Amino acid sequence: MKIKALLAASVAGVMFAGSVLAGTLDDVRARGKLNCIINTGLAGFAAPDDKGNWQGFDVDFCKAVAAAVLGDANKVSYTTATGKTRFTKLAAGEGEILSRNTTWTFSRDVDLAQTFIGVNYYDGQGFMVPKKLGVKSAKELDGASVCIQTGTTTELNLAEFFAGNNMKYNPVPIETNAEAQELYKAGRCDVYTTDASGLYATKMSFDNPDAHAVLPEIVSKEPLGPVVRHGDDQWADIVSWVLRAMMSAEEKGITSKNVKKLAAQDNKDKEINRLLGKDPLQGLSKLGLSADWAVNVISQVGNYAESFERNLYPLTIVRGMNALYRDGGLHYIPPIK
Amino acid sequence: MVFDKNNYSPGTHPDLPPPLGTVGVVGWLKNNLFSSLSNSILTLLSLYLLYLLIEGGLSWFVVDAVVNANDKPGCRKIADGACWAVIVKRFDQFIYGFYPLAERWRIDVSFCLLFVAAAPLLYPDIKFRKYMLVFSCIYPFIAFILIKGGLFNLLMIETNLFGGAMLTVIIGVTSIACSLPLGILLALGRQSRLKLVKVISVCFIEFMRGVPLITLLFVASTMLNYFLPPGTNFNLLIRVIIMMTFFSAAYIAEVIRGGIQAIPKGQYEAADAIGLTYWQTTRFITLPQALKISIPGIVNTFIGLYKDTTLVVIIGLLDPLGIGRAALADTKWNGLSTETYLFVAVIFFISCFAMSRYSLWLEKKLSTDHN
Repeated sequence: MKIKALLAASVAGVMFAGSVLAGTLDDVRARGKLNCIINTGLAGFAAPDDKGNWQGFDVDFCKAVAAAVLGDANKVSYTTATGKTRFTKLAAGEGEILSRNTTWTFSRDVDLAQTFIGVNYYDGQGFMVPKKLGVKSAKELDGASVCIQTGTTTELNLAEFFAGNNMKYNPVPIETNAEAQELYKAGRCDVYTTDASGLYATKMSFDNPDAHAVLPEIVSKEPLGPVVRHGDDQWADIVSWVLRAMMSAEEKGITSKNVKKLAAQDNKDKEINRLLGKDPLQGLSKLGLSADWAVNVISQVGNYAESFERNLYPLTIVRGMNALYRDGGLHYIPPIK
Repeated sequence: MVFDKNNYSPGTHPDLPPPLGTVGVVGWLKNNLFSSLSNSILTLLSLYLLYLLIEGGLSWFVVDAVVNANDKPGCRKIADGACWAVIVKRFDQFIYGFYPLAERWRIDVSFCLLFVAAAPLLYPDIKFRKYMLVFSCIYPFIAFILIKGGLFNLLMIETNLFGGAMLTVIIGVTSIACSLPLGILLALGRQSRLKLVKVISVCFIEFMRGVPLITLLFVASTMLNYFLPPGTNFNLLIRVIIMMTFFSAAYIAEVIRGGIQAIPKGQYEAADAIGLTYWQTTRFITLPQALKISIPGIVNTFIGLYKDTTLVVIIGLLDPLGIGRAALADTKWNGLSTETYLFVAVIFFISCFAMSRYSLWLEKKLSTDHN
């Protein structure tokens, strides 16, 4: 019992520590750099290029926040974290943002005392099959052997999906994604299942990607988004509105190419004016941001669509659920008013 | 008497050459490869397998390999073999991680100085050893300032930019250098007649050996954050090095204890008889013999430690293996796992093989056996 009490006390201590870490914006400004926690390497989301510069969809978001807060998208210091260490790194203050394709769940939000500031990528578990099997839908997979990572939520989702559709399957348990690729390539399993973005990345790593297809069914919800610590609402607001500004820019047709021009002229659409600092945006000073915050974000990083196309189109990932609501997707952005 | 050349006095005939077919290449082949029917069959079979391996491997490794391309499709356009371009393009990253390009000379200088500093420790017969030992003592500080910066107009480099082979060498060499003295002290402590010292040593050794290294690394990377007051910036790299040092020190201590126990009792009795103090006995009698006996075990532990540094990948540090994985996550190079992992293996093999060769050399040099 004593040990339990001690542990509870220490965890409570960290939560308390998190809540007194207000003034994140001042810390970042004083340091002149934003500390961002990213993936150790995930195709499309975070990976170093040949020169050693981090690139990717999650990395772009770190840059966007740096552009809004510091005026320079390159003032980011990246800390890599694995799935197991990411939350403690954030809690310990090793970074101000965790931008590492993290699924938003109840317990992560509430129990770990973190704030999910929104969803920047709607992912979900999918299936990949060789085209020569002639399978068009996941509902035709009865009796298939499936490569599945053990000890993950995908394992449970798979069991539920097959049971729900009255189908049987032979699980081929594997430990890592790399192992799964090899087994799948060698034909040890008919189907490989993991998050759809991971399937596309795996598919692109094959020598003949066109011989494989990702089936249309998505069997789980994986809303991925950036995370900040509890306790600093100003910082959480800044980070969440940077994400919304990028999406809003796409909605209003503001791109890195035309943003300077639009910011200089008086636009018919007053929301563009407010976003780009032409007209006053009430409450902006409370965030501690300058009027050109969104101009910096869009001119240096681009809008949501630009970031998506730059990083995820090479993996043949389509917008799908990640399109704006008006294009049939799920991104519905609160107005900038 | 007249001697013709075929007429020798008894015992003066020169040795005749051995019969043809028992010496030279033919003899060797006959003795080793074709000494019996089954051996001959095995030899031919092995030769055939070797041929297959070389033929297939060579074309993949060398003939069809591409060294100069900008991405994987670029490689495939040229040939179907290994795409070494991923290594060529990212060689710097494999070595220096994300260390700023303009500052990399500091790593090179530190690395070269490492050999100067290590030479008097590794080779006891070297010239000017006394002066060089002084340098060895101050080298850690020089290296720290050079690599980390922040003093003497050197740009301060954040440790999250450290990576690649450089990170392995920093973690490996520091842990190895620190764990040997610590291990010796622990081994002596465990043998000590002072109760408190003994208990502390035993507890430390048993705890460190009873816990997997990966657990210690998790403690370093996550648990310590909980126990330290918030806002303390206790560098992750230093935490990792400390844990690695403790872990290998516990093993070293046990290896050396084995060496100490192998020394005949008469040695201690003789030392006592001529009135040597405890430290004198330790310095002149115990350690020189115990360490010599323990060399293979010590080097074994060091090689193990050096390879274990790859475990830092799990807590998010990018050693060569981590850099390799990150390279595979780049959409340009996605899927070239064989090439990447082979290269990482080569990096580790070179260092570990060098260590093992050195230990063999040292054993021979210190050998006092009469053979």
